[in-house]
Amino acid sequence: MKNFAKMIEELDSTNKTNQKVAALSEYFARANDRDKLWTMAILAHRRPPRPVNTTLLRTYAAELAEIPLWLFEESYHIVGDLAESIALVVPNDTHSSDKSLSEILDELVLLKAKSEQEKKSYVQSMWLQLDYYARFVFTKLLTGSFRIGISQKLMTKALSNVTNVDEEELAYRLMGDWSTKDTTFEELVFGRNEQAYVSKPYPFYLAYALENEPQDLGDVSDWVAEHKWDGIRGQLIVRKSEIFIWSRGEELVTDKYPELAELLNFLPNGIVIDGEILPYIEGQIGLFNDLQKRIGRKTVGKTILQQVPVIFKAYDLLEHQGKDIRKSSYKNRRQLLEELVKKSAAAALHISEQMEFNSWEDMSAERDRSRDKRSEGLMLKKKEAEYQVGRKKGDWWKWKIAPLTIDAVLTYGMRGHGRRTNLFTDYTFGLWQENEEGKKELVTFAKAYSGLTDKEFGQVDAIIKKTTLDRFGPVRSVQPTQVFELAFEGIAFSNRHKSGVAVRFPRIIRWRKDKKIEDANSLDDLKALIPE
Amino acid sequence: MKEKQLLIFNSKGIYCPQAQVYLDPWKPVNRAIITHGHSDHSRFGHKHYLTHHKNVPIIRHRLGDINVQGVEWNEPFTINGVTFSLHPAGHIVGSSQVRVEYKGEVWVFTGDYKTEPDGLSTPYESVRCNTMITECTFGLPAFKWKPQEKVFEEINKWWKENQEEGKTSVLFGYTLGKAQRILKHLDTSIGKIYTHGAVENMTEVLRPQLLLPETHLITRETSPKEIKGNIVVAPPSAHGTPWMRKFVPFETGTCSGWMAFRGARNRRATDRGFVLSDHCDWQGLLLSIKESGASRVICTHGYTHIFSKYLTEIGYEASTENTEYDSEKDDVTEVETTEKV
Repeated sequence: MKNFAKMIEELDSTNKTNQKVAALSEYFARANDRDKLWTMAILAHRRPPRPVNTTLLRTYAAELAEIPLWLFEESYHIVGDLAESIALVVPNDTHSSDKSLSEILDELVLLKAKSEQEKKSYVQSMWLQLDYYARFVFTKLLTGSFRIGISQKLMTKALSNVTNVDEEELAYRLMGDWSTKDTTFEELVFGRNEQAYVSKPYPFYLAYALENEPQDLGDVSDWVAEHKWDGIRGQLIVRKSEIFIWSRGEELVTDKYPELAELLNFLPNGIVIDGEILPYIEGQIGLFNDLQKRIGRKTVGKTILQQVPVIFKAYDLLEHQGKDIRKSSYKNRRQLLEELVKKSAAAALHISEQMEFNSWEDMSAERDRSRDKRSEGLMLKKKEAEYQVGRKKGDWWKWKIAPLTIDAVLTYGMRGHGRRTNLFTDYTFGLWQENEEGKKELVTFAKAYSGLTDKEFGQVDAIIKKTTLDRFGPVRSVQPTQVFELAFEGIAFSNRHKSGVAVRFPRIIRWRKDKKIEDANSLDDLKALIPE
Repeated sequence: MKEKQLLIFNSKGIYCPQAQVYLDPWKPVNRAIITHGHSDHSRFGHKHYLTHHKNVPIIRHRLGDINVQGVEWNEPFTINGVTFSLHPAGHIVGSSQVRVEYKGEVWVFTGDYKTEPDGLSTPYESVRCNTMITECTFGLPAFKWKPQEKVFEEINKWWKENQEEGKTSVLFGYTLGKAQRILKHLDTSIGKIYTHGAVENMTEVLRPQLLLPETHLITRETSPKEIKGNIVVAPPSAHGTPWMRKFVPFETGTCSGWMAFRGARNRRATDRGFVLSDHCDWQGLLLSIKESGASRVICTHGYTHIFSKYLTEIGYEASTENTEYDSEKDDVTEVETTEKV
């Protein structure tokens, strides 16, 4: 545990990628196989299920620190991270535990089934046996959230340094369904367990946003375009007469989309399709907002299946007749994909239409039609491109349409998390509406917490502290004084929102210091942006 | 509560109506008693300043030609029947608490203070009182300082490791107070200490009253070669400026109480954060309040609402007052108090 905590501390205290990889490589080079496997699992977001709920953890911590629970909660609001708050308030003891990472994790796996009294004494005694940073890391393992700025890519790189297994090959091996229960480090990194490979997805190829003019990409005839659909990116796998559907977040979602699971009856074995899960209502692609009704549901009832049926919009073919074809040209893969989709004749499997243009201007004109087609813009793909691993520049670009924007008034601020600890950086915005008495009031319509520089966040933070009207835990209502221009991708009517409108990906694009609050937009202005 | 308060909070500062004197006023006044030299406590424009004599050169350096009277600790003086005296606050060199007594009632205004002796400023002395006006910058149980020896061990170890890797160490700390505390405890057997102009100027002002190691001001003529492997002490505002180019390759560190928070550490984007504060931690605050014997506590800058709520819960008559000291100040927004104006 000490070594693991030390490695995490090193990762956390630098923002230089090289140093991160070095710290991780050094750790991998020295850790035993079991610790390595657990480390990989943790960094790849495969933690053991949470053994103790966080409410209990808070009471354990407050008790050890000899402070009332409310005071612990207030501290937590300010620190912004539960594990860190606990590590900070619990007293330092001189004992020190020599347990290894895997010993502790194995204990945590067993802890789940134990009595509350046993949980309490285990957790409290561990806290007292670990120094501050190890206590923080241990509590992170308990609370289940472990975001410390280490991408899967970085981990793969370090692992590749130590094992000499090719990075892309490793990325692939680490995909899909594996857990520390049913594999070993040797098997996962060097071995080949056929059964585990049946469901294994490939790493997704992701595009960067096009920032320059498309003309800079050269000859338009080298490129094809598709609309960029706004659903859930996924991979559909058919192998050994089984179907698996993975989301980009590496979640197996086959059971959530029974209409897609039925595609098993229409598709041959040995194929992997990259595509998008999209709502498809009355013969038309729906909004992401529609799909949201299905996300997060464990069981899908008949009603929701009727209300929001989905399709799989196919983008690319990664495996054909059981062979990995990612290295062949896009043109070639696309042809195989077209044949496959056509032959399947399945209603729930659509192909993403491919378009070629004679000029960049023509392509730009098509992009302008995106909102009508309910797409987010265009995806540009080079005809000769391989299917790569991860986010890469060069062969794929996303060329999104300009977002919708509106000027709104800051009404609430909440303390941020992570590097925004102790600053008010999460904001709520309102738009004007006339109430029954004909008076103008601000109605909350969106929250946003990105788009400002650190300096601007510091300034807004100071304004919030100065103009606080009321305090609700980590949230403060403020005297409305500031106007911000917000951008968002999609908009729809919604009865789940007070304003009656839901916007997608709201974010701040500009602080309108030049505007008075009276100059901000009204809710009616916002509603006017909703497509028919 | 009494009809007429010995000290009140008005739009200009903390005011004693009986003596017609302000404590650390934030607007220009006639007579001001100043606790210490940081700019949010000692501002421009007062007609008459009174402070500890060790603070006199500091505020003269910062505020120029002002009318200032220096006094000694524990030396009472009386204004219109009100007895005042200054007592060491241990925050920075020359920092005081102000004791105010009238007709047997005693108030203490702590200014900024810390209970741990830093080897540089005169250590904090507990003063008995009925009412204590306390800062609570770090008034949360999440703040628990390590003894400074431990922190300086870490800092010197870090310097040494950087040196072994052929790198220069750049350490950020506030020009007045923190910088000298750092200088005092650096292990000069490792290498030489270089300074940023702002740090050098303030240190020069303080040298007559402090024993500090030799420092080398970085000027345009200083060659990158001679700095290599040594340590540079600079104000936080120098971080990320072109001035730093001379030190490549370097590692950066920040010394501040806020470095206790991971988020604040990451936000400062320095390679290391050393938790080193010139304020009390949670236990330090609680202990000083207890030792003062005060039954009534007024919390000024910091986590005032939370801290006073807790004090009320454990039996004090506690309240909060708004001041214009940098309340809730943070590592990012904290003003640099040092540039000569």
